[in-house]
Amino acid sequence: MDFLDYVQMTKGQRILYKIKSFFTGIPGAIVAFFTMVGRFLKKIFMGIAHGFQNFGSRFVKGDIGTKLSYIIMGAGNMLHGQIIKGVIFLAVEVSYFAYMIFFGIGQLSKFYCNGVMIPDEGIIQDGVLGSAVTTEIADPNDIFGVKQTVYGDNSMHILLFGVLTVLITIAFIAIYVVNTKSAYYTQEQKAMGKKPLSFGREIKMFFDERFHVTLLALPSLLLLVFTVLPIVFTIFMAFTNYDKSHQAPAKLFWWVGFDNFADVFYSNPLKSRTFGNILVWTIIWAIFATFTNYILGIIVALLINKKGIKFKSFWRTMLVITAAVPQFVTLLLMNQLLQNEGSLNLMLGTNYPFLTDPMWAKVVVIIVNIWVGVPYTMLISSGLLMNIPEDLYESARIDGANAFQQFTKITFPYIFFVTTPYLITTFVGNINNFNVIFLLTGGGPNTTEYYQAGQTDLLVTWLYKLTVNQKDYNLAAVIGIMVFLICAIGSLITFNMSKASKNEEEFS
Amino acid sequence: MTTTVQNSPSTSKKQGGYAAKNKTINAIVYVILAVMVVIWIFPIVWLVLQSFRGEKGKYVDYIFPHEWTFNNYVNLFTNETFPFGRWFMNTLIIAIFSCIISTLFILMVSYAFSRLRFKSRKTFLNLGLILGMFPGFMSMAAVYAIMEMLNLGQSLFALVIVYSAGAGLGYQVAKGYFDTIPRSLDEAAKIDGATRSQIFWQIILPLSKPIIVYTALTTFISPWTDYIFVSYFMKDNMDNLTVAAGLYKMLDKESVYEYFTTFCAGAVVVAIPITILFVIMQRFYVAGVTGGAVKG
Repeated sequence: MDFLDYVQMTKGQRILYKIKSFFTGIPGAIVAFFTMVGRFLKKIFMGIAHGFQNFGSRFVKGDIGTKLSYIIMGAGNMLHGQIIKGVIFLAVEVSYFAYMIFFGIGQLSKFYCNGVMIPDEGIIQDGVLGSAVTTEIADPNDIFGVKQTVYGDNSMHILLFGVLTVLITIAFIAIYVVNTKSAYYTQEQKAMGKKPLSFGREIKMFFDERFHVTLLALPSLLLLVFTVLPIVFTIFMAFTNYDKSHQAPAKLFWWVGFDNFADVFYSNPLKSRTFGNILVWTIIWAIFATFTNYILGIIVALLINKKGIKFKSFWRTMLVITAAVPQFVTLLLMNQLLQNEGSLNLMLGTNYPFLTDPMWAKVVVIIVNIWVGVPYTMLISSGLLMNIPEDLYESARIDGANAFQQFTKITFPYIFFVTTPYLITTFVGNINNFNVIFLLTGGGPNTTEYYQAGQTDLLVTWLYKLTVNQKDYNLAAVIGIMVFLICAIGSLITFNMSKASKNEEEFS
Repeated sequence: MTTTVQNSPSTSKKQGGYAAKNKTINAIVYVILAVMVVIWIFPIVWLVLQSFRGEKGKYVDYIFPHEWTFNNYVNLFTNETFPFGRWFMNTLIIAIFSCIISTLFILMVSYAFSRLRFKSRKTFLNLGLILGMFPGFMSMAAVYAIMEMLNLGQSLFALVIVYSAGAGLGYQVAKGYFDTIPRSLDEAAKIDGATRSQIFWQIILPLSKPIIVYTALTTFISPWTDYIFVSYFMKDNMDNLTVAAGLYKMLDKESVYEYFTTFCAGAVVVAIPITILFVIMQRFYVAGVTGGAVKG
């Protein structure tokens, strides 16, 4: 299929072709996703291998100071006169080993304990996080026979500190490599007869040549502790049985491999049915929510910006006010309006099951989402409409194009071209659209067909319910990983598609 | 092309027809817009009217209150069960701190990615993209565990950290803005002997007022509208809630009958400042999401 074939097709064929290419694109995109991940990993491993090579050659070529700093960090720097820098390196080494000896190794050793007796379930289990079971012992001083709880190991803390220790070790290795580099660098400087950099000069470099380090250090550190660490931790949780019957600190939990994934996909009928249905609804919802808002927003913007329409800013402001009111207010408000015995039914004197009938509820959330979202798209596309060069329309009119043709040939391609990245982010945002669903329907109407979910629940609201109400952390983690995969693959497909469509309808 | 030539003799007649047609189309457009505005504005008006309703009860079947009163607003700040005044202050404090920290972080990160070239830049950008695709609250339980270990569980400080620690990931919009500032400025400054730090603070930032305002407003607004983290972190600690989670609590089955109109008053009180800020910000919002495609 090349460009010529495509041009010769009729309109209908083109649309069919595009739909077909979307679906045939899915396997390709999945492959592309994994090759991308593979390439990324390969790059990292190549980098590490390359680093090792340099690491070795520096050792061979290094003088006594450099060689010494492979064991005692900072030795090379100190011998070459960079006392403060050397001391800092040494301090890092000492504190890392102190951490490991007094704390880290102890935590890591509990990461996978074999042959632990689990009293509640009467089994001996391998691969447990921690070995000491929480027990109740009779308090000898208590005459009423009240038992005292002696807490054993806290599996959650063991997992968390295990991940933390691994991260700290990675950071330490990075600093260690920097230390050998720095030692070798000063050695070279000395060999060339230059004076090693003074500490003050090195500090100054952090405001000039190394300014990016200064800028990124604090944000990255916080990101590492409060985003990366929790995400890695949560991913690990997906491979344990940390659910409502294995709650830390009273109970231990253990590694179960891919059991949770198997549950969600096939082995547990209730969970896999719930997952399948919610996944389908999430995708339907994301498609409808994204495109209804997008198209209606453009149409409203066109209506407001039409020539001869007066009070443009009045119409715009009226709609923007709705968007400006915080979403949780408008959504809770809608929830109150649309109750079975709510105000809208009372005012109309009817009894529509807006939020209690599954089908009604699904339609209602999409409609309310239009109400919430259209002002935003209207704002964006009115900004863009003003940007389209007027002479394009003029020449189109001279060529005899009618209003509809002008829209499909000029306005829409232009807006589509500029807003593709926005469309992708909106689509991903809608897959993750917690607010509209949770505040409007709460995921309801509830059903016993599903595992702890309602008919309008999205994957993310299900995740929230599993975390908050059920404490099924392992299942929630599996769902989180699935949402991540869907978003990543989805954005890859759309990104590739939009690249194709950009080449084809080049707009300048 | 040919059709225009054929039609040319009757152009004058067609012109008149076109104007008349245009007028009817405009009239239709006016009607559509008016209907839309009514649909869009009605719930907001309804909310405001309910907040002035004197009659007790959850829902009523009329729009305009029979008895107008200001008591709901008084009740909002004086009732014992729901300390709205305190929630408001909590949210304000969290919003101010997280606004300052997040804005600084976002500007720093986006400047580094936009104007500075360093070895691992591409890797960092990709990692940021990947991290951004995990659902934000997927690791909520883990974050809470960390906070508890730091003895920060259920504190306002924990929320400030939650809202601003991930700020570094929101660099795209500001980076897009920095990309549009001409590079020759940096080079000229460098020739004059300015360090990169001086270029950032003294040359680029003063030129970036619109994006600073945009970033500050968005980061200021987000704590007012977040429900998820507050409700999970604070659990039943009523005193440390923010307005969003607090107002949600008012609609509980046990309290909604008595507090529905108070809820409406609270919603109005929260909505007014946010609406004003949003209207100020909308200009920047458009430029932000379209990646600077709109200029002026």
